[in-house]
Amino acid sequence: MKKLIICFAALLPFIAPAEAKETLTIYTYESFTADWGPGPKIKAAFEKTCDCAIEWVALGDGVAVLNRLKLEGKDTKADVVLGLDTNITDEAKQLGIFGKHGTDVTLAKVPGGWSDDTFLPYDYGHFAVVYDTEKMKIPPKSLDDLIHGDASQKIILEDPRTSTPGLGFLLWMKSIYGDKAPEAWASLRPRILTTAPGWSEAYALFTKGEAPMVFSYVTSPAYHIVEEKTERYQAANFAEGHYLQIEVAGLVEASPEHALAQKFLNFMMSPEFQNEIPTTNWMMPAAATTVALPEAFGRLVKPTKTLLYSPAEVNQNRRAWIDEWLKAVGE
Amino acid sequence: MNKTFSLANRIALVCVAGAILLGVGPLFWFLIERNEANYFLFDRSLFAILLFTLKQALLSSIISVGLGLAAARAMARREFLGKTLLLNLFAVPQSLPAIVAVLGFLSVFGNAGLLPGLINTYGLTGIVMVHVFFNLPLSMRLCLETLNGIAPETFRLSQQLAFSDRQLFRHVEWPVLASSLPRIFALIFLLCAASFIVVLTLGGPSATTLEVAIFQSLRMDFDVGRAFSLSVLQIALSLALIAIAGRTLVQGSSQYSGMIEPRTDGISWVAKVFDYGALVVAALLVLPPMFAILVYGLPEIMVSFELLKALAFSVLIGGMSAILAVALAWSLSKYLTPLNTVLALSGFIVPPALLATGWFLLFRNISASVWLVIVLVVALNSLMALPFTVAILSEGFKKMGLGHEKLCAQLGLHGWYRFWWIDFQIMKTSAIQALLLAFVFSLGDLTAVTLLGNQGLVSLPALLHQQMGHYRSQEAAGTALILAGLCFAVAALAQKIRSSNDHV
Repeated sequence: MKKLIICFAALLPFIAPAEAKETLTIYTYESFTADWGPGPKIKAAFEKTCDCAIEWVALGDGVAVLNRLKLEGKDTKADVVLGLDTNITDEAKQLGIFGKHGTDVTLAKVPGGWSDDTFLPYDYGHFAVVYDTEKMKIPPKSLDDLIHGDASQKIILEDPRTSTPGLGFLLWMKSIYGDKAPEAWASLRPRILTTAPGWSEAYALFTKGEAPMVFSYVTSPAYHIVEEKTERYQAANFAEGHYLQIEVAGLVEASPEHALAQKFLNFMMSPEFQNEIPTTNWMMPAAATTVALPEAFGRLVKPTKTLLYSPAEVNQNRRAWIDEWLKAVGE
Repeated sequence: MNKTFSLANRIALVCVAGAILLGVGPLFWFLIERNEANYFLFDRSLFAILLFTLKQALLSSIISVGLGLAAARAMARREFLGKTLLLNLFAVPQSLPAIVAVLGFLSVFGNAGLLPGLINTYGLTGIVMVHVFFNLPLSMRLCLETLNGIAPETFRLSQQLAFSDRQLFRHVEWPVLASSLPRIFALIFLLCAASFIVVLTLGGPSATTLEVAIFQSLRMDFDVGRAFSLSVLQIALSLALIAIAGRTLVQGSSQYSGMIEPRTDGISWVAKVFDYGALVVAALLVLPPMFAILVYGLPEIMVSFELLKALAFSVLIGGMSAILAVALAWSLSKYLTPLNTVLALSGFIVPPALLATGWFLLFRNISASVWLVIVLVVALNSLMALPFTVAILSEGFKKMGLGHEKLCAQLGLHGWYRFWWIDFQIMKTSAIQALLLAFVFSLGDLTAVTLLGNQGLVSLPALLHQQMGHYRSQEAAGTALILAGLCFAVAALAQKIRSSNDHV
């Protein structure tokens, strides 16, 4: 019991609420605020520009953030919401709580350009099949190649019902095969080792050596080059193009810290924010940076074509497409 | 029956039932308010989901309980080198996050593991094996607790009567086991039915269980209506199971609270082969993945401020949850009425994700502070640990027996005085066991924190998931080992307190 009290006392400094200053509450996903994530540095940099404090509320992932907003509705405690991707922004807009970001959209540099005045992108990444060069000498050159290739060379996928990369792969398949997607899934099926609930689980299985391929991001090899000094893991360049994920932030219209929230979104487009993204979130910056990208980023696959459904299209069809996928692979 | 006790029981009943209603109620209100009565159809896919849930949970729990019972019997009547070590090691799996167990399992049987291709890891076999890894040790510990409750006089008597091993099992062990096995089985069945990460990672989309469907509807679709209906189905399933198990729920006949004496039965070579065979099989199923966690984790341990912070937070949360779980279980498990039993299992019956969402809805306007998150996390964890603590404490109370009750009544002992000087002194070892199990269980849980938001508070399993989410699966291996080490240390400590207590 005594030990418990000591532990409790030891924790107090970490959980004592920040007082006095203006506080900007930002809902985001957990890995953004992790110690090696962009959160701590961005908080420090922003707090220098104002007499204010950022308070992160970290939820499981982007979808969890959206669900929290659905529960809270107009009573949300958030001033800024950071970490949704374009697959769920249509649903988020329908909540009617987001206001205009008021930032010059031409500052945003994402493939295909940006014109949304509600959400502002802070990073993006093309999805890719990442392969282990020690186990696979000739990677697939296209999605078609992947689907019809050697079934003994397996791939680990993520479940579109529980993970955003999983949904990304489903949309990629749909954007290439359209109505023929079920047949494509059926032909891919023997190559799927397993469908993990999330990216973390899938990637852990992959680095454990369970399969030579995993569904991840074009930027994944950069982590291994920069942090682990190995070129073992590479992304395959697909001829049909690569599906894109854009991560965005928006401000809550009714927030009492509206002006500060707007300031933060402005700050998001500045080099102080963007410089942190590549090596902490391992994604591509969505606006100009002043620090050159690590050399490893120059060696990454550059997709020749970007595939992306509009947020509205995804919102309208997601359920039907997931059911279609489940029928094709589940039974 | 004395008054204070029934008051304590009533308080516990109100607490648990209240917690459930406070979770389900606001969610229901939320549905009505938004006019989202989304009734689901009993389609073919749902039938398939239900069937698979039943199949994997049934297989997993039959193997876990069957082998666990055989191993517990061996532990009860044999002395061998490393017995305590094995018992302490068997406390560890319960605390491990599911993905750590899966990775440990794959280190042995996976494509790049020690024994690749020996079994089909992806599919039903893999799922059942990982569930057995989690639950065999648990069922062994619970069965052992039951067997240790048989009075030594009973064994001496059966020796005088020249009982064969079979007769001994039939007339001595089975009557005691029959009263606890259904509950242990139900507990493990519910644990397996609610398994999520294991089922998805190793099973893929064709292996959808009810829990997966609930998670999907509550997260990706945020279809609270469907989640609600699916939960009703899960609750019905659980209640049906408990009803079946409950019919055989009878109070055990044992009235023993003294120290455990070495047993003299089971001297035939058949019995020896059976006992040691069961132990070897159990050890082979449980220890290799744990060994893999040790081997992969050891070089990766880096003591950082973040790690220590997470460790402290986990100990704090685990400790508070365990104390609350034992306090609630104390008054629920004295007389296991059907109502008490159902409430004890409620943390499993009602999907925790649903409860946490409901609580959040209720409290969101009252306070958004870190303290509220801590309170809710502790409440949810203790509710989920309650089935374990009740299972242990009810064995303890059974041992204490009715004679004790009458004696206390005769002496006019009641209330706090009786609790502290009589009940607690006798129940100490059971209480420590229960605390341990609840602590270990609360350490590994992530449900509450991921749903409620961490506000800068990161527990060990949450840290591990953060690391895995950032390509740092090697550091995560180190964190997993720390988590496992913590459980082992706590288990060893509990064992030590227990044995020193037994010898007083």
